[in-house]
Amino acid sequence: MSRFRNLVRFPVAFFTILAAIPVLAGGPPVGRVPTDSEIAAWNTDVRFDGQGLPLGQGSVSAGEALYSTQCASCHGDFGEGVGRWPALAGGQGTLADDRPQRTIGSYWPYAATIWDYVNRAMPYGNARSLSANEVYSLTAYLLYLNDFVGEDFTLTRKNLVSIHLPNAENFRFDDRKGAELLQFSLPVCMTTCKTDVRITKRAATLNVTPD
Amino acid sequence: MEERNTPKSVSRRTALGGMIAAGAAVSTPAAAAGDDAAITTIQPWRQELGRGVDAMPYGLPSAYEKSVHRRNVSWLTADTYSSVNFTPLHDLDGVITPNGLCFERNHSGVALIDPARHRLMLHGLVKTPLVFTMADLMRFPRQNRTCFLECAANSGMEWRGAQMNGVQFTHGMIHNVMYTGIPLRVLLAAAGVRPSAKWLLLEGADAAGMTRSLPLKKALDDCMVAFRMNGEALRAEQGYPLRLVVPGWEGNLWIKWLRRIEVGDKPWHHREETSKYTDLMSDGRARRFTWQMDAKSVITSPSPQAPIVHRPGPTILTGIAWSGRGALSRVDVSLDGGRNWQIARLSGPADTFALRRFYLEFDWDGRPMLLQSRAHDSTGYVQPTKDRLRAIRGENSTYHNNGIQTWAVNKNGEVENVEIS
Repeated sequence: MSRFRNLVRFPVAFFTILAAIPVLAGGPPVGRVPTDSEIAAWNTDVRFDGQGLPLGQGSVSAGEALYSTQCASCHGDFGEGVGRWPALAGGQGTLADDRPQRTIGSYWPYAATIWDYVNRAMPYGNARSLSANEVYSLTAYLLYLNDFVGEDFTLTRKNLVSIHLPNAENFRFDDRKGAELLQFSLPVCMTTCKTDVRITKRAATLNVTPD
Repeated sequence: MEERNTPKSVSRRTALGGMIAAGAAVSTPAAAAGDDAAITTIQPWRQELGRGVDAMPYGLPSAYEKSVHRRNVSWLTADTYSSVNFTPLHDLDGVITPNGLCFERNHSGVALIDPARHRLMLHGLVKTPLVFTMADLMRFPRQNRTCFLECAANSGMEWRGAQMNGVQFTHGMIHNVMYTGIPLRVLLAAAGVRPSAKWLLLEGADAAGMTRSLPLKKALDDCMVAFRMNGEALRAEQGYPLRLVVPGWEGNLWIKWLRRIEVGDKPWHHREETSKYTDLMSDGRARRFTWQMDAKSVITSPSPQAPIVHRPGPTILTGIAWSGRGALSRVDVSLDGGRNWQIARLSGPADTFALRRFYLEFDWDGRPMLLQSRAHDSTGYVQPTKDRLRAIRGENSTYHNNGIQTWAVNKNGEVENVEIS
């Protein structure tokens, strides 16, 4: 395939060789080595297994106070979601229903992901404004809203990774290869492929399309 | 008979005055009944001077094309900051999407980044962490490649049945652009990836701090850190000044406003790869890391927003097709709801993981039609019907709906989104 030929022709070797130079010359040929504090300023992600969690702690009650002022206007007083904003709680046992509710409680596989996302992107429109302890508190409160911890609970770096969310085992790696590709790779019919063709659904009757 | 001019000065001032006095065009005295006035009258653009070269330093489409633009679906999202709009596929031809028409999908609005204050950092399981300015990045060797970007949720509003009456809304979360950028493996080689490395975390500089995990294998194969689209700088809404290009894989992975690449040994399982961009099956379990976009096609004209406006006879049917698994190899078209199929004509560049354009020229007999297209790719995969997809996945998987689209054309040439038995 042509894209692999292009790979071979591309001058990767030029820069691979240059990459060995910093040891001799004291710096990379292009760019520079970031300082430890620069890396720390941006390396704030938390992995599913808790890698990256900072020291800190937060209680359900502290989280409730923060939630009511910073979160409830979109996500609802009990995490039920206002309008089109995401629900954060409820929906357990609905995933196989006709209208499943995907929330932290019903769907999310890992508690550490809550911490990462709140710290990363919330509050909406004022990201990066929460301290580590405030993120612990909000995460504790969201776990409480979903009945995973009690009202006296305090979340810490240590106990966060021991919290197991019940839907974790219900995710599987993409299995389309086995489940779909073979049956969708059969020879096709070109003529007189079916006899009965009726319209079964119409978009116009719903009338939800913008002008 | 040639078009007739009326004696007058050709000065700019006089020409403008004449136009205002006479209306848009000047009739010629010898015109006969039944003649086309567009021919027998002198049009103002044939007479007066046109616009000067500097009137529009950055060119825009003709004023007569003002209906060609992105549109959103206001009821779909809570606001316009964490939202999406749609490429007007029915108004486009060829394969390249103009930059200003590429659909937008943002999670915390469009970041408006000063490139002088943008940095790209590589760190984690590398021998030498590195940080680059945009000027630094311009010193790395570049490549050019045209790729489609399809949002995993494209056609997601159609899982429960025909809903949106327009190809812009059913299929418009796709665009196809030529990117200029640096192969990601070149940047990774500069940092020196450690042997234990298996995954990357890519992070944007926007207020969502968008992150996705990407397997190192794909990063080393064909990913790119791009700074140009169709020759010019990325548009702000497409990640200016820097975005990731992940050929053939779902659009959410193509991190915009890219500022950080962390090398690790496991996926991060962040919000956008657990809560979102996972595919819920009918049994309540879910697929994750469904990266590849399966082969798909759609007829863009005729379609609900592009009805047939001429009488029966010679008719042009056209559409787009693509695959994220292999080269798009063939498109079949049916005019009768899948009873009979014929092979469409592909035209234009044949880049792997880029859009292809197809055409079918036929004589419309003026009777109703049920139009369908189905894509084949080089792996042997054939685009399935929506019912066959639903039989496996149910109706709640949100993402990766690549089922065959049906358009019903009535005797007046009007077109509706339908599903058929």
